[in-house]
Amino acid sequence: MDTSAVLFYVISVFLVLSSLMVVFLRNVVHCALALVVALFLIAVLFVMLHAPMVGVLQVLVYAGAIMVLFLFVIMFLNPTASEPRRKLWWIFGSVAALLLAGGLAALLSNGEAPANPVAATEMFGSPEMLGKSLFTDFVLPFEIASVLLLVAIIGAVVLARREP
Amino acid sequence: MVPLDHYLILAAVIFAIGVIGVLVRRNLIVVLMSIELMLNAVNLTFIAFSRHLGSMQGQVIVFFVMAVAAAEAVIGLAIVISVFRHRQTLDPQEMQLLKW
Repeated sequence: MDTSAVLFYVISVFLVLSSLMVVFLRNVVHCALALVVALFLIAVLFVMLHAPMVGVLQVLVYAGAIMVLFLFVIMFLNPTASEPRRKLWWIFGSVAALLLAGGLAALLSNGEAPANPVAATEMFGSPEMLGKSLFTDFVLPFEIASVLLLVAIIGAVVLARREP
Repeated sequence: MVPLDHYLILAAVIFAIGVIGVLVRRNLIVVLMSIELMLNAVNLTFIAFSRHLGSMQGQVIVFFVMAVAAAEAVIGLAIVISVFRHRQTLDPQEMQLLKW
C-alpha cells in the first residue's frame, strides 16, 4: 500500500467517527464542531482526488461560511431544553440507515466501476479548467445559481425579520 | 491508488449516518446539519467519479450543489429562527399545525 492509500483509510476512519459524533452527541455546539471536522476531512479527500479548487471552496464555503452561520444561530437561540430520548425510534432509525448503507454499498461495489482511473493531466481540476467549463458549457446554470442565491438572501431577510 | 469502490462505499456510509440524524434527532439545527452531511456525501461521490472518468463535469456539478446547499442552509436557519420566535422550541415534533 502506498502513502495515499494509507492516508485515505486514516481519513475515512476519522470521517466516519466525526460524522457519528454529529448525529450522536447531545450538545448542539459539539455537533457543529464535529461537522466542521467532517467537512474539512472531505475537503482533504477532494484535494487527494485532483480537485484542489473544489477542496478550497469546500473549506471556504462550508467549513467557513455555512458553519459560522450555524454556530451564530445556535448562539443566538441558545436552546437549553434537552431532547427527550426515544429509544424505539433510535433503533428503528439505525436499522433503516444500516439497511440503506448495506444496499447502497452492495449496489455500488458490483464491479462495474472502472478499475483504473483515467490518467490525470497536469491541468485536471485546476481553477482554469473549472472556470472554462463553468463559463462555456454551464453558463446558464451558473446564472440561475446567482439568481437563486439572490432569492435566498432576500428570503432569509424576510423570514427572520421581526414582525412590526 | 485507492479504487473507486472504496470512495463510493465511504460516501454511502456517510449518507446513511446523515439519514440517521434526520430520522431520529429532535433538534431542527442538528437535522439541518445532518442534511449538510448527506449533501457532502453526494459531493464526494461526484468528485470520485469525476477523477476516475477524467471528466470535469462532476466538479462543476459539485460547485452548483454547494450553491444550492448554501441557499438551503440560509433559508432553513431563517425558518428555524422564525419558528423559535413563535414557539420557543426546536423540536420538529411540536410543529404540527399543518398535520392532518
